[in-house]
Amino acid sequence: MAETERVAAEDVRRVAELAKVELTAPEVVHMQRDLNAILGYVAQLNELDTSAVEPMAQVSDVLRRGTQSATAALREDHATSCLDRQRVMAAAPETDGIFFKVPKVIER
Amino acid sequence: MTTKVLEVELPTIDELMEGIAKGTKTAVEAARLCFNRIDEEDATIHAYLSLNREGALVRAAEIDALASAGETLPPLAGVPMGIKDVLVVDGMPATAGSKILQGYQPPYTATAVQRLIDAGAVLLGKLNCDEFAMGSSNENSAYGPVRNPHDTDRVPGGSSGGSGAAVAAGMAVATLGSDTGGSIRQPASFCGVVGVLPTYGRVSRYGLIAFASSLDRVGPFAATVCDAAKVLGVIAGHDPMDATSSMEPVPNYLADIDKGVAGMRLGVPPEYFGEGLDPEVRAAVEATIAQLKEAGTEIVPVSLPHTRYAVPTYYVIATAEASANLARFDGVRYGYRAPNTPTLAGMYHCSREGGFGAEVKRRILLGTYVLSAGYYDAYYKKAQQVRRLLTEDFLKAFDEVDAILTPTAPTPAFRLGEKTDDPMAMYLADIYTVTANLAGICGASVPCGESKSGLPIGIQILGRHFGESTVFRVGQAVEELSA
Repeated sequence: MAETERVAAEDVRRVAELAKVELTAPEVVHMQRDLNAILGYVAQLNELDTSAVEPMAQVSDVLRRGTQSATAALREDHATSCLDRQRVMAAAPETDGIFFKVPKVIER
Repeated sequence: MTTKVLEVELPTIDELMEGIAKGTKTAVEAARLCFNRIDEEDATIHAYLSLNREGALVRAAEIDALASAGETLPPLAGVPMGIKDVLVVDGMPATAGSKILQGYQPPYTATAVQRLIDAGAVLLGKLNCDEFAMGSSNENSAYGPVRNPHDTDRVPGGSSGGSGAAVAAGMAVATLGSDTGGSIRQPASFCGVVGVLPTYGRVSRYGLIAFASSLDRVGPFAATVCDAAKVLGVIAGHDPMDATSSMEPVPNYLADIDKGVAGMRLGVPPEYFGEGLDPEVRAAVEATIAQLKEAGTEIVPVSLPHTRYAVPTYYVIATAEASANLARFDGVRYGYRAPNTPTLAGMYHCSREGGFGAEVKRRILLGTYVLSAGYYDAYYKKAQQVRRLLTEDFLKAFDEVDAILTPTAPTPAFRLGEKTDDPMAMYLADIYTVTANLAGICGASVPCGESKSGLPIGIQILGRHFGESTVFRVGQAVEELSA
């Protein structure tokens, strides 16, 4: 990857599409500048040789004590009550009371 | 002893509860005192986003009735508290400091908050914060910044700026905040109050609007170490609603808090005292360390060699996790939906564009980028590997010492607008705090001095996993030495 410009404007647009965020043209410019600055800073992680290091996604493998089994986080598989539908639908932008209503799913 | 914060005489939790039990104080008076402070000062400070006046006074009256009837009072009876607006409470709005949740009324209550309610706390309202807890100054709130009560041209810190400022300004006896990269400890330092980062899994995250699920913690702010310890004792403990919450039993955090520090080994990592540390912060923290040495501790240099990689590691992992967690804000089930969008995709794009602020968008895009095909190994996997190295630094250090002492922040509170043009400058404000979130360990910031212009300075005390009792014990010693 080139040192000076890792992230081009098309990269910003591609990532914005993946993230489902519509950016204005000036926002694309700012975002490109910011992402390049941040990723330039992040590149220093490459100074470290991590070839023999296991990735650590969560703290739980370090926290787990001998007494706590791996299945401690799981509960019995039976249905329990959830949120009250009326309360949930009251917060919805558009609903028929049962479903959330959204615009048609048509390819852009 | 009343707390001496900005000339406001709010009692400590013990003083308040003793008074309520005896009848010399009432919960209603305490709540009214806080609401008066809010009415006088909050137009300037802007710590609160919404108030729960009626609900608070009703609850306070219930507590007073229990007291008059001679009933045993629950552990936080009558204590006026504020809740950061990233924690949901049934009956109060939750915005997460964002326009995308403007008007949202959650249908349930966060476990940590429910435990406060069950303990008799009186909830005054929801506190301002950086949008989705992303920020170090509370300037990213979509509802306007919070100002530092010690100097209203300056920031209170972030993202839990409202939580820190409310305690500092006597608008609550204690508050709850959240900390993903320093968002409790840094505002505690800037506002001159105590802020606690519990071990990962110590406090349930159920009902915390998620930012980065492997880093987020819920924790207390208070004016004293004892008060913070009391609140932690109430909110901590396993919760079946949070699969990452720990089964580790919750000790009595007050049991050893007054035992003093003689004989303890306290580590000082040179990596936290290098370039970029403000000389007044260095002086205050080093003076406190010297006092702890005189009090009978052994001060041991301990190296945490991977420290300089912590901020880049954090910004890869936190943003990656945030991009996943914030995908749910899409205009479908709650929150802002952009009008006049004829297609579903258009609705997603426009709702998110319209509802999210600039910093949130920046982090979502960065997170999406580092997870995307072709970049995952170079960034995300790499950061996870460095995360393990950073964690191992701490595990090795805690074999040698009982707790680690560092400055909480490289400077005292900076001015509003000072760092908003350069995201990197803002991110570097987290340099001493992100390591604890990555490693899962606990810590606290305790006031230890002031700059010449009267700005608070905090010392950070880091403890091993589930080592909060040790952190409180050291914190209590620091508090007594600074009195």
